[in-house]
Amino acid sequence: MNLLSRTFYNSRRVMKALKLFFIISGPGIIVMLADNDAGGITTYAATGAKYGYGLLWFLVILGPVAYYVQEMTVRLGAVTKRGHAEAIFDAFGAFWGWFSLLDLFLVDWLTLVTEFIGMTAALAIFGVPAWVTVLVVTVAMGAMVLQGRYWTWEKIAFLFCALNLVYIPCAFMVHPSLSDILKHGVIPNFPGGFNNGIFFFLMANIGTTIAPWMVFFQQSAVVDKGMQEKDIPWGKMDTLVGSIFTVTVAIFVIIVTGTLLKGVNVESAAQASIALMGINKYLGTLLAIGLFDAGFLGAICISLASSWAFGEVFGWAHSLNHKVREAPWFYACYFFTLVTAGAVVLIPRAPLVLITLFVQVVAVTLLPAALVFLILLLNNEESMGKFKNTLSQNVINLSIVIVIIVLSTLYGISALFPNLFK
Amino acid sequence: MNESFKIRVRGFCERHFSAVVEVNRRYAAPRIKVTPLVSFSLLLLRIYLLLLVGILFYKFYTLVR
Repeated sequence: MNLLSRTFYNSRRVMKALKLFFIISGPGIIVMLADNDAGGITTYAATGAKYGYGLLWFLVILGPVAYYVQEMTVRLGAVTKRGHAEAIFDAFGAFWGWFSLLDLFLVDWLTLVTEFIGMTAALAIFGVPAWVTVLVVTVAMGAMVLQGRYWTWEKIAFLFCALNLVYIPCAFMVHPSLSDILKHGVIPNFPGGFNNGIFFFLMANIGTTIAPWMVFFQQSAVVDKGMQEKDIPWGKMDTLVGSIFTVTVAIFVIIVTGTLLKGVNVESAAQASIALMGINKYLGTLLAIGLFDAGFLGAICISLASSWAFGEVFGWAHSLNHKVREAPWFYACYFFTLVTAGAVVLIPRAPLVLITLFVQVVAVTLLPAALVFLILLLNNEESMGKFKNTLSQNVINLSIVIVIIVLSTLYGISALFPNLFK
Repeated sequence: MNESFKIRVRGFCERHFSAVVEVNRRYAAPRIKVTPLVSFSLLLLRIYLLLLVGILFYKFYTLVR
């Protein structure tokens, strides 16, 4: 009887904890899965096609890297109740504030263009014209925010996050050899030796795993959700689960292209989908749907990151819980970025390849600043109190930030000078 | 004529950039305690950004040439 009652009590405790987790989770899982955006999926597909399973171990390492960086935004947002843009303005003054805000707007806008490129390319496989894709996406994203509740927005975003997991069944459909995955993918190695080519792919994978908009988005989302200091452990758990998901999806994309397209020069995920359609129609279709979803997920987060940041700094009402008439500037900013980015894709002979390269270059001007500010803010005892970084957290985070800055800078430079690492 | 132009420009700026002026006023001074670590980090960041801008200009120059 005692055992029965204890089991009942424990199971109720677990159920209660799970319920609480589902209430508080959101920003971490969404930002991490949105990190697997159109550009991310392209990078993973190209990595698998080029090196097979050889770099899977590297993706596993990137999981904790993403977690440690994003976890800091949870603490900062929950304790200060400020988004990252406002926190930078407040702590470092107007110069660094304007630099971060305008750079964020530029990076977000350019990245949004790349998401539209991914989405239109994915639906073009099914014969959908680009203008229809842009129109439908804009209307759908508008409807998502105009319903006037953060909670509802988050739940809809979760649906698209779930669709991002489509790559997992895809990997099972290609029947990969488990022994080959374990043999080539688990133990750290550099297929063909450490050369400039592999270095470029390592940098590209880091560049897609940590993006500046993620820092701004998650901190603002934590504030908009109304997370308190007591919710920090749940926020960390949310981020941890998200980082596991993001790495899992990346690994499964690599397994798909590594199994079927090894040796093929993949330049975009849409190209990989078309190639896979020739092998297995359903597989190529699922991959194209996944690519569209990846672009959509990235777009809904990126467009919000800019709007939140402007709202925080200018003191506008800037919550998804507000109706349009209560927060007109917030929604105006959201729709401005969305509509203009979508329109660029429709311009005939627009320099889309150049824009894609330019994103990488502009991102490296913002990422180091955002990460350095993050570390400095997390060490500010006055505002963070007992939630400031501990010594071990500082050692881990500082090491990660230095490595990210060096590699993402080299990645940006390689975009400017393509022959440097080839 | 010149004076009225100046007044008009000032009026335009006040009407359209007052929000920016207000933000600059509100965040005029950094509120974080400026320790040697903070100032060193900001200095490194400035140097890093200057280097990047230099590389961008070099790329632009080589493209134009």
